[in-house]
Amino acid sequence: MVPNRTCALCHTSKPILRRPKTGQQLCKPCFFYVFETEVHETIIGTNLFQQGEKVAIGASGGKDSTVLAHVLTVLNERYGYGLQLHLLSIDEGITGYRDDSLKSVKRNQQEYGLPLKILGYDELYGWTMDRVVEQIGRKNNCTFCGVFRRQALDRGAASLDADHIVTGHNADDTAETVLMNILRGDIARLGRCTAICTKGEDSIKRSKPFKYAYEKEIVMYAYFKKLDYFSTECLYAPDAYRGHARVFLKDLEAARPSAIIDIIHSGEAFQVAQDVELKPQQFCQRCGYMASNELCKACTLLESLEKGMGKLAVGDRNRRKLDDEPMPQGMRTIPMFQRSATTDSASPL
Amino acid sequence: GGVEVLFSNKRNQVTTLPAIAPSSGTHPERPADLRYLIRWMSDNLLTDRKELFMDGETVRPGILVLVNDTDWELEGELDYELKPGDEIVFISTLHGG
Repeated sequence: MVPNRTCALCHTSKPILRRPKTGQQLCKPCFFYVFETEVHETIIGTNLFQQGEKVAIGASGGKDSTVLAHVLTVLNERYGYGLQLHLLSIDEGITGYRDDSLKSVKRNQQEYGLPLKILGYDELYGWTMDRVVEQIGRKNNCTFCGVFRRQALDRGAASLDADHIVTGHNADDTAETVLMNILRGDIARLGRCTAICTKGEDSIKRSKPFKYAYEKEIVMYAYFKKLDYFSTECLYAPDAYRGHARVFLKDLEAARPSAIIDIIHSGEAFQVAQDVELKPQQFCQRCGYMASNELCKACTLLESLEKGMGKLAVGDRNRRKLDDEPMPQGMRTIPMFQRSATTDSASPL
Repeated sequence: GGVEVLFSNKRNQVTTLPAIAPSSGTHPERPADLRYLIRWMSDNLLTDRKELFMDGETVRPGILVLVNDTDWELEGELDYELKPGDEIVFISTLHGG
């Protein structure tokens, strides 16, 4: 393959990258511009933000959230979004993994001058992931962590009075999720997982501005911009189900790079038929968080941990066995942060 | 970006490679190229699980390769012929963000 010797956009400089999304060969400044502008267009095209919104960036110190913090800061400035940006970091209590990545977030805080809030599983739930894995092993630990982290982000954002949470989920993540939900036959999630913005607890919105950004491009952007991020796999991750979807997706991408975006578009085209029964939404009887059953998932998981039966809590089927056990003494209620009265939203961007 | 874990955590390494790659099962003797470099690294430098770096004769999908700060896809990938002083960078995309 003989590459063109000039950038496909400016026709002047030497190209340094071949975009997986389009196959275009771009030079460094053109790549930066295209990457940033596409995110901007995603934001504007989906009316993602309102002027003056308070936005909590879910920051782990990893590649996606580091680039997200950087790009949002740049776009906020360049296009006058008027957003108040905060960094929100969740400490799951994984020794040797999370404590190191938090150092990376603190560097982000300094570099972009954004206020940072750190919220730990310890203070919210009374359990670190290290302790959870001790009890339940490595098979379903990601389920616990995912549920706990999602709620932690919501509660953290509420305590900041934020209207909006953004996370660094990229195109690869979204495509993997679509594949996972198909493989597991999870129709409820399949209908929701490609939405760029979902309304969560306490009407806090949750969005993924990088939904169409390829992971490869995020990494290249960070590399060429010399952005500092933390890059180790979670100690407990290698056995996660998502790993299978990821390997499959990577092989697809190698064969046809547009596969990632194609899968997302297929996922968006799915519409759950009207007569499919989905559980109506209720509120958790213990902590008030939104739930599909009497107790929200986090309280259910927590209860199982306290009873020493963590392994049972993951599926709905085992719920009855859990109820047979007596409640432990002094079972904690997960604290809810109340947001102060929300002002009505102003104009869109 | 994570690949250093497989190479005894040494982020930057300077190595000298034979200029002519010996013939292997599928390729005749030829000037050293990236295909040979990857094989050589796997045989001589890898301190941990080989399957996390190599997949067949190429790198594992999800590991990006840059040649002198340029995407290897623009330089012929495995067929790129090495020149003295070349800088090759391997970046992993396979971890949390």
